[in-house]
Amino acid sequence: MAAHSVPLKIYYGVFLALCVLTFLTVWTAKHDYGLLNTPIALSIAGLKGALVILFFMHVKYSSKLTQLFAFAGFFWLALLLVFTLQDYWTRDMLNVYFFKPH
Amino acid sequence: MSDHAHSTTGLVHHFDDIEQQHEAGTLGMWAFLITEVLFFGGLFGAYAVYRSAYPEAFMRASSHLDVDLGGVNTIVLICSSLTMALSVYAAQKGSKRGIIMGLLGTMFFGAIFLGVKVIEYKDKWDHHLVPGDNFIFEGNPGGPEQLYFALYFAMTGVHAFHMIVGMVIICWMIKKAHRGDFTPGHHPLVENFGLYWHFVDIVWIFLFPLLYLIGAHSGSHT
Amino acid sequence: MSSTLHTPAQHASATKGAKERDTYLTADYGWKSWLFTVDHKRIAVLYLISIMVFFLIGGTFALLMRAELMTAKGDLFEAETYNKLFTMHGVVMIFFFLIPSIPAVLGNFLVPIMIGTKDLAFPKINLLSWYIYLVGGGATLYVAITGGLDTGWTFYAPYSSTYANTNVAAAAIAVFITGFSSILTGLNFIVTIHKMRAPGMTWFRMPLFLWAQYATSLIMILGTPVLAITVMLLALERTFHIGIFDPALGGDPVLFQHLFWFYSHPAVYIMILPGMGVISEIVACFSRKRMFGYHFIAFSSLAIAIFGFVVWGHHMFVSGQSAYAGFVFSFLTMLVAIPSAVKVFNWIATLYKGQVSLETPMLYALGFIGLFTIGGVTGLFLAVMGLDRHVHDTYFVVAHFHYVMVGGMVMAFMGGMHFWWSKMFGRKYPEAMGQFAAVVIFVGFNFTFFPQFILGYMGMPRRYHQYNDEFTALNVLSSAGATILGTGFLMTIVYFLWSLKWGQKAPQNQWDAKGLEWEKAQSPPPTFNFEDGERIVVTEDAYAYTYEESHTGSGHEVKK
Ligand SMILES: [Cu+2]
Repeated sequence: MAAHSVPLKIYYGVFLALCVLTFLTVWTAKHDYGLLNTPIALSIAGLKGALVILFFMHVKYSSKLTQLFAFAGFFWLALLLVFTLQDYWTRDMLNVYFFKPH
Repeated sequence: MSDHAHSTTGLVHHFDDIEQQHEAGTLGMWAFLITEVLFFGGLFGAYAVYRSAYPEAFMRASSHLDVDLGGVNTIVLICSSLTMALSVYAAQKGSKRGIIMGLLGTMFFGAIFLGVKVIEYKDKWDHHLVPGDNFIFEGNPGGPEQLYFALYFAMTGVHAFHMIVGMVIICWMIKKAHRGDFTPGHHPLVENFGLYWHFVDIVWIFLFPLLYLIGAHSGSHT
Repeated sequence: MSSTLHTPAQHASATKGAKERDTYLTADYGWKSWLFTVDHKRIAVLYLISIMVFFLIGGTFALLMRAELMTAKGDLFEAETYNKLFTMHGVVMIFFFLIPSIPAVLGNFLVPIMIGTKDLAFPKINLLSWYIYLVGGGATLYVAITGGLDTGWTFYAPYSSTYANTNVAAAAIAVFITGFSSILTGLNFIVTIHKMRAPGMTWFRMPLFLWAQYATSLIMILGTPVLAITVMLLALERTFHIGIFDPALGGDPVLFQHLFWFYSHPAVYIMILPGMGVISEIVACFSRKRMFGYHFIAFSSLAIAIFGFVVWGHHMFVSGQSAYAGFVFSFLTMLVAIPSAVKVFNWIATLYKGQVSLETPMLYALGFIGLFTIGGVTGLFLAVMGLDRHVHDTYFVVAHFHYVMVGGMVMAFMGGMHFWWSKMFGRKYPEAMGQFAAVVIFVGFNFTFFPQFILGYMGMPRRYHQYNDEFTALNVLSSAGATILGTGFLMTIVYFLWSLKWGQKAPQNQWDAKGLEWEKAQSPPPTFNFEDGERIVVTEDAYAYTYEESHTGSGHEVKK
């Protein structure tokens, strides 16, 4: 096995970044950005998740196959979300009502 | 029958060489993590549907969570991920002491996280915010607010369950590390458990804003 | 046909007598050597025995239903009992027979041999998956004897979550548990196929059976967890009334359908893809030809696995799903028919000018091609939103999925069992009996299910224990067919068991087939599959049959 040991500096750096981003997400949450609230929160969470995956989980240094696997799970989750929401978010179209969300 | 003759290198008979064995183990772990993503994915899907259907109710309900406790727990879990990464680092460098210290640290932060979780659950229980027949939200039986709490308990509960399982495995690993089972060239358990623990951390990284922060700007009710 | 190529080593060992030949069956004795085995071949046999038990249980439920439907009146069973019968039939057949059948039996046995290695990547996890399967199966039988389940295998909320009086929570837990056995099998296959192929066994030299198993495994690990969490939410809702699918609290029962079908439509491909893999092997062998369009068949398996995930809404056209979503799902469903059709056309092209011989496996394969095509094309009827409103929840749907599941998957499973029987157990089944039973099953199947297309189109709804008088004739025909079908299956089981002791000894390569399992492994194989210490090295493509080369001159295509 290629003992791709990541320099300690990187671990501590990622750790600090994660802490800073946590404070940032709490700080932004206390302000109201209207429609942007959720996208901001999710972007920060996505960035944090990416840091963990790339460095703590070594995906940045892993084989293409591992990278593909790491990607696949989230891709399929996206399929689940997109194809479920394309129903719920279009219930008002064409004036066909079966279930009203409000 | 199953004489899985462990040689000194830890090579199991049906693999050609240790590298193939390691790669198989890592790939298997990632395949398992894919199943975990989709396991939680069903809950995230339900969350997306109901949150988009009842945005105000979700904000109202969310403001009954304690952002500070959630924030502290997020930092605690990030700390546990760091100690886990350090444990893997120590395993690569062949430091038995380093592995055990890292695992103990992970255990410690994991325990704090679960302790805080218990306090939070207890608080919800006291305030009748546990979904079910006794659910009361701000004096009413509660409609979609109950959905929020159903998802809150399902998501954080499944997450906490993963941490408990992880901590049991840590105990076992500490024993193995103590025995000297992990060598610089062969410590797949530490590596793969690290992946698992980081994954559980990632789940929380998403749960925190989705559950705790959506009502934060409208002021806390607790 | 049955000329064989013994290696000298085998001749020597064969003359020493069967007892001394070291096969996986004789390597060790006693129940412990089976229950604690990590040999993929023994685990395959364990799975074979257990799925046959569930097949007989599920088949009994089916015959009881057909007995009730002999007459228009509900005279044999109460309505509630009938509801339990079709529910248990569905749950048992889908989760405990169809899904594990080919992957867990033939896949377990053949995947490591076909890629030229000693075992699956994680032998202990393989054994664990069987135990999990048993626990899930036990829980299901517990539900069956403590009052049964009457929700239909689909567990639709809010009936299942609120109104049903049967043991829904326990059944949900049983399905939850069983899912993990499927996940572990899929995970094992994926890692094995990625990491353990013998030197020279490139992806495009793999038998198409392996491509099919790989695609199936992808669905198993991507879809099954969603089912697990869905039935877990259902059990929570049912037990604690948390409201997640309860309209009174703003919950949406349609969400249950979304999550359920996210798994359960792809699960249809878990059930049919491995069957398609088996058919590819059989068609190539009994046409004595290279597979026509190998790459197309290989990639169509992956295409089915991937696109099969985005068509689930075709089960929900009348559920309250938005019209827009219905349109999207309808369109995508039609697209996913393409890769299936690609396979059918390539099989037929392989048959063309091949040296076709009609042994039992080939009879099943040809049956599969015809019946699966009917099942698939009627699926397209159902994908049309307007037509679906007419035939939704009628016997048309029942006939459609039985043409795919029984006409497709069970035919493929039977074909595969006959094809590899001598490899698994070292004895031949009686060929004439096999051919006869195959015909009986084919005839019985069509008598059972073809009338149901007509019944459904006439408007007979599914899941009722009584019906209008005008449906009587076709229902009697269907029940009669079911008797023939059941007889065919019983005959097969009997002569298979008979052959274990009295069947003719099989040579290493009963069919003169290509593939490592025939060319390099004894029948039955030794514990580590190949001659001691032999490292398999692959030097030629799959299906290197020579018929074409020796029959050139027709000039229909350029030979490799
Ligand atoms: Cu479907």
